[in-house]
Amino acid sequence: MNRLAAAAIVVATAFAIVVPFFLKPFGIYLLSLWAVLTIAAIGLNLTLGYAGQVSLAQGAFIGIGAYTTALLTQAGVPYALAFVAAGALSFAIGWLLGYPALRVQHHYLAFVTLAFTTLVFLVLRNEEWLTGGIYGISGIMRPVFFGWSTAKPLDFYFLCLGVLIALSLATWWMVRSPWGRAFVALRENPVRALSLGLDTRRYTLMVFAIGSSLGGLSGALFAPLVQFLEPASFGLNRSFDLLLMVIVGGSGYFFGPFVGALVSVLLPEWTRIAEGYYLLVYAALVMVLMPLCPAGVIGLLERVLKALNRRPGTAASARVVEQ
Amino acid sequence: MVHFFQLLLSGLATGAIYALVAVGFSLLWQTSQTINFAQGEFVMLPAFFVLMAMNAGAPLWLACLIAIALSILLLGVVFKFVIVDPMLRHGVLPLVISTIALALFMKEAVKDFYSSQAQPFPALVAEGDVNLLGAVVSAQSLVVLAVAIVTVVGLNLLLNKTRLGRSMQATAQNPTLARILGIPVRRMVLYTFLVNAVLVAIASILISPIYLAKFTNGETLGLAAFVAAIIGGFNQVRGAVLGGVIVGILDNLSAAYLSSQYRAAFPLLILIVVILLRPQGLFGRAQERTV
Repeated sequence: MNRLAAAAIVVATAFAIVVPFFLKPFGIYLLSLWAVLTIAAIGLNLTLGYAGQVSLAQGAFIGIGAYTTALLTQAGVPYALAFVAAGALSFAIGWLLGYPALRVQHHYLAFVTLAFTTLVFLVLRNEEWLTGGIYGISGIMRPVFFGWSTAKPLDFYFLCLGVLIALSLATWWMVRSPWGRAFVALRENPVRALSLGLDTRRYTLMVFAIGSSLGGLSGALFAPLVQFLEPASFGLNRSFDLLLMVIVGGSGYFFGPFVGALVSVLLPEWTRIAEGYYLLVYAALVMVLMPLCPAGVIGLLERVLKALNRRPGTAASARVVEQ
Repeated sequence: MVHFFQLLLSGLATGAIYALVAVGFSLLWQTSQTINFAQGEFVMLPAFFVLMAMNAGAPLWLACLIAIALSILLLGVVFKFVIVDPMLRHGVLPLVISTIALALFMKEAVKDFYSSQAQPFPALVAEGDVNLLGAVVSAQSLVVLAVAIVTVVGLNLLLNKTRLGRSMQATAQNPTLARILGIPVRRMVLYTFLVNAVLVAIASILISPIYLAKFTNGETLGLAAFVAAIIGGFNQVRGAVLGGVIVGILDNLSAAYLSSQYRAAFPLLILIVVILLRPQGLFGRAQERTV
């Protein structure tokens, strides 16, 4: 890692800690939403960006995690336990969803996971005895840890940020470990990976399971954040949105999901200047941005930095960047 | 039994519409590797062209022609040159994102500039029932079926019996070889986009009297078309046709006999089973793998 990136991380973290103190509750809510969705996007980036397995199911896993957490905490289970359960259940279901990936790839896999997402949505909507059906689940309490209540927006935001940082560090460690290299090998050349003795079968299932469990953990925070769950929040559009975050941020770059989630959460809000037309403007912006930087925002930054490096006369700054 | 026959026939009618959309979907995939996630919205939109033309005073038949023309222009030409072409060299996924954004754009545009309410849409024939072999069938579903069959047969004739159609098929199967044989590949790709635009416009005019014209219509239609295209076989026109019919019939029968809440689930379950057991689709050819 170079010095520039390290500085950027420090500044970004400082911003994430200081800025909310100057925001109104809705601003804090948006930042919390960003943190929560980033966790899910990190999971999808692992599955899609690193291991190259297309998944349109991440939204469903947020749903699975959110409903698990809501139902367990309302049944009296402590939040921390429900949080772990949400991750574990998503891990198990994600493992099973990995089996189709052993047989089919690319767009076929996209369609299988798309079908899975719609099936989960149907179950959430129809099994009224469990999920409340279209009426959803309301009155989800925010957790209390050893007397620290996260009921206030600011407290809850710091809980989300803390979980995000912890999970990012864990993922950072994982993508640098032999596992991370194995995931990239699945993306780059599965046949070669297999011939080099890598158990591609196990790693494919593993990357699906881990990516999905991050989706579930994101859901475990999503439930107390919005405090009201309905099936429509976890339909296909949510999965599309997460895919958009990963690609727009920069698929396969560690910090891609952070930027992508920021774009996806904040851009629609900023374009509210355009009032009723904000989603229209947002969609148009995405369509314009995609041909300009298909490798996402981080990919674009990397290209700009490289171009700056190559220019003579900026050798001094180039040295700083390379270190 | 009569009830079953009625269900079968109305399923066949919806299935025929799905088939049109699925054929267009798989044509785009074959010639330009475009997975059009906005295909459902492509079906939603032309109905509003018809309504706008009628609001301007055009009779229904003229409005339909105007809608098809507008659809060729916007969903064919503009879609290809503005959305698809700049993205193609970047691979399948960024283009998928663009079509997802396009779907959102089209939905929002209709909602903001026309109406968020479901709009009544004129039927092609007067309301009425026809007695067929003891079963009562609405005249509308017979007309839908007839138009869809004519369209599919026409498309098949175009693809198989004319030089143009053969060139389009050659382009779809092997662009490099087609180019060597002197086929203007780029123009053929454009033609498939135009064919898709006509197909979705016809589907739109057929389905809107049944579902009403609404900006969210594309969501279910798009999914049905995906499922149909894949069940049938992504790389075959007749596969997509049969896939559409299967999905339509299955949808109607399962809603009546199994569970109306889970009617959308059955085609999806079949989709998963088909992809796992026969990824090339029920009627498709296996694609060679490039390693």
